[in-house]
Amino acid sequence: MSKDIYVLIEHLREQVADISYIMLAAARGIAAGTGGTVVGILIGHNVQGLADGIGADRVLYIDDLALADFTSDGYQRVVENLLAQKRPRAFLFGDTSMGGDVAGWLSAHLSLPLVSHCRDLQADGETIKFVSQVYGGKILVEGALPSPTAIVMMVPGGYKAEQGKSAQTPEMVRLPAPALDGLRISVKNYIEPAAGDVDISKEGVLVSVGRGIQNQDNMEMARDLAKALGGEVAGSRPVIDQGWLPSTRLVGKSGKSVKPSVYLALGISGAPEHVEAIGDSEMIIAINTDPQAPIFDIAKYGSQVDLLDLLPVLTEKVTEAKGG
Amino acid sequence: MATTAESPNASVSDNFVTSLKELADGDRVRICLQCGMCSGVCPFGFAMDFPPSKMIAALRADVFERVLNSDSAWMCISCYACTEVCPSNIPLTAAMMTRAKEELILAGKVPAELQLALENSQRYGNVLGQSPRRRSEWVKAADLPINVLGKDNKSTDVLWFVGDYASYHPRVQLVSQALARVFSALGIEVAILGPDEVNDGDSQRLAGERGLFETLATKNWQAFRRYKFNEIVTADPHAFNALKNEYPALGITYPVRHYTQFLVERLAHLKTKFNREIKAKVAFHDPCYLGRANGIYEEPRQLLTAIPGVELVEMGHSRTTSLCCGGGGGGMWMDGFHWEKAHARPSEWRVREAKRAGADILAVACPYEPPRFEDAVKSVQSASSLVVKDIAELLADAIAG
Amino acid sequence: MNIVVPIKLVPDLVEEIVIDESEASLDTSWVRLITNEPDEHSIEQALLVKESVGGTVTVVALDVEGADDVLYTAAAKGADRLIKLTGNHVTELNNYALSRILANVIKTFRPELILTGVGAHNDLDGPVGSQLAEQLGMPYVGYVAGVKASADSAVVRKEYPGGLVAEMVVTLPAVLGVQAAEKPPRYCPISRVRQAMKTANIEEMPAAEPESVDGAIVVRMSKPDTGERAEMLEGDIEQVADRLIEILRHIDVL
Repeated sequence: MSKDIYVLIEHLREQVADISYIMLAAARGIAAGTGGTVVGILIGHNVQGLADGIGADRVLYIDDLALADFTSDGYQRVVENLLAQKRPRAFLFGDTSMGGDVAGWLSAHLSLPLVSHCRDLQADGETIKFVSQVYGGKILVEGALPSPTAIVMMVPGGYKAEQGKSAQTPEMVRLPAPALDGLRISVKNYIEPAAGDVDISKEGVLVSVGRGIQNQDNMEMARDLAKALGGEVAGSRPVIDQGWLPSTRLVGKSGKSVKPSVYLALGISGAPEHVEAIGDSEMIIAINTDPQAPIFDIAKYGSQVDLLDLLPVLTEKVTEAKGG
Repeated sequence: MATTAESPNASVSDNFVTSLKELADGDRVRICLQCGMCSGVCPFGFAMDFPPSKMIAALRADVFERVLNSDSAWMCISCYACTEVCPSNIPLTAAMMTRAKEELILAGKVPAELQLALENSQRYGNVLGQSPRRRSEWVKAADLPINVLGKDNKSTDVLWFVGDYASYHPRVQLVSQALARVFSALGIEVAILGPDEVNDGDSQRLAGERGLFETLATKNWQAFRRYKFNEIVTADPHAFNALKNEYPALGITYPVRHYTQFLVERLAHLKTKFNREIKAKVAFHDPCYLGRANGIYEEPRQLLTAIPGVELVEMGHSRTTSLCCGGGGGGMWMDGFHWEKAHARPSEWRVREAKRAGADILAVACPYEPPRFEDAVKSVQSASSLVVKDIAELLADAIAG
Repeated sequence: MNIVVPIKLVPDLVEEIVIDESEASLDTSWVRLITNEPDEHSIEQALLVKESVGGTVTVVALDVEGADDVLYTAAAKGADRLIKLTGNHVTELNNYALSRILANVIKTFRPELILTGVGAHNDLDGPVGSQLAEQLGMPYVGYVAGVKASADSAVVRKEYPGGLVAEMVVTLPAVLGVQAAEKPPRYCPISRVRQAMKTANIEEMPAAEPESVDGAIVVRMSKPDTGERAEMLEGDIEQVADRLIEILRHIDVL
């Protein structure tokens, strides 16, 4: 029975995604317990350079022109082929747009147990314990990964990308690609987010709004506060879906990760898809009328006042404080 | 006269008129004089492509689909100002505007904010999307015990129908607590339904969701039937209007009064409880659904003038000409939409008027109003010192101690 | 185009989530089940595709509390066929078992397009869509926020972090994991739902008993440790705002 931990390295536009390093950090944490090695799985075309700095003991590299863009079809073929020869103790995928497309398929195809929304892995002797966060972040589920092989979909959780990086380049083993003819998915083109808008991931002060903002009209108040503070507005999924903010302002799983000095979360419940993108903020202040909102578990300060009442009052005080 | 080319759907107008005829006095739309009084007095008439008189003109010209393709009906806040002044007594608010909104809902043209309020009403029995289980949690925070009907308590003298905002909204909960103190001071045996109560449905009805109104009314009826009580009292003019005028058509008939009517009956007793002065000039804002819709103008004033120290002042628009706060007919859930189209807020006009009348306190008697007028006070510089209080709060303050 | 939309009803997070005495599962007595939000979007996207290229929309749900209302509402919005999968076990299924049950039923419909939510907040064993696709031998694209379908393929917009979108061409039949429909889910007047209750027919089909599988061993459920919970600022708006100014000054934002 193998003891290795495989990690699917997610990369896009020649950049390794942070979730990959996070998974490597998690893998490193349990590999010692299993007595196995951390193996990065790198799939693509001419991307061997991305292996630099990857915190794995070994990288298995599969290169093919047909794999130049991520498609679930292409990656499924590679991963299926990989597991036909040897199976790891655990195979980590991101609980993301890429990982999600492949992990579920693999689980069904090989009848391997799958654990998703996983935020923590610990080795306890031969057992690998997991902690997943479900129900919008309100419930933690603890359990054990079945043996001999389990698939895990990971969210950032408490890990930091830095923990999964390495000063060295791991040993690279190039494997032949499987047959890739007849792929049913192809990439037509990529659409960049609207140019000309600010990059919220570089902002120091973010006034972020969720469902609690209630309507487009109230967005003006959020903008006023952001302006007074010298920051920018951002929002969670519901606000972008309603068209009250452009997608460039989305903070969360499908949006941007941010690391401002202060993240003011207004009317945001704190579901994991959002929280995973704000973990690097220096300070989070949450305003939500729901005392049970998970956002209060990660915020430094909170208040249950109505954000619509608070906004104009706070904006005025900020303006005064700045001598305006 | 419109040509066929301009009115390819002639039947839209015909169908609409036919549906109006099925409503009480709806037929009167045919004797519209096109005087324009309705459009003139409409708070948002200036922001409508088709204010009420123009809607009727379009109906006559067989181009009513133009009205339905515009947002005009969604600017209506069902304030009854038009109905009040119409010389032909056309039921503009209840029949024409409501029917127009019904058509818009059926056509799927629903502003997003309103959609959310309607879906919340359906799913949770309250527009705020709060858990129904928490509807009577405000009772715990009150400094007085308030009886909640249930398995162990099946009867009461007065059933107090509380309403969504009075149950869940922090500002309006204060009004509920104040009213509880007044009831207690008078020794009234009163109880509330608790989590079994759902929204009365009246504003949803006026926003074009008749089906939702009936569903909510039926749920309330199921709750009512479990208990014995002599009458229903409510601080919510919308609930009052629904219970008094709309529920009976569904077979749900109970005696119901607005709390101002109920307390005026006990005014002599109430006066003996006052032991504090409220020295202030108070302007009373006639709520649309107490005033124009139900003709109740004097009782609230009688209560206010009974409070020692209160000097009643009247605003330029009062009683039948009262200016709506903007919350009716779905307006409470369309602030963003209304602002986008009109860039004006009726609630702001009103607080300015209160200041011009020399008022220190703007007294209200409807749960929509404290939050709406307090928001307006924050935005209107000249009105920043105006205090907004429900009559119940002023009564409780005068009784305090 | 024959479109199938399998949907899940999940606990409404507006209600408090309570863990039962065993500490390994939820206390279901207070749970209110509502349609999984991405599945609402799937229904909407299916209707949009139908309005664009014609076809039929079949909605499939498990026989749990609230399923009838959800199905009738889908019919009132324009769904053509309503399927309810019955069986005593349907309240206890994980997605592994669910995907197999769905595959067995759906393959008999021979759909060209299957739209299902990209995930649900109570997915402990991954999303249903990609597992369903494997069972049906169909390609799968998840995190889809736009679908343009034609006879034998669909162009879909797949969302990546940071607002980046990949336009992908998928051959049909295919399964798509919907993140968001092109338009927010439409409103359905209650009068229409009531009418659907009279005219629409919910077909009941038995859900096959799942084979057992070595799923994750759940040892314990708990609420996140609130030890480091936010320091709550007390007082009225003025006081809270003043406190915030202090805090912002302290960290040099002001």
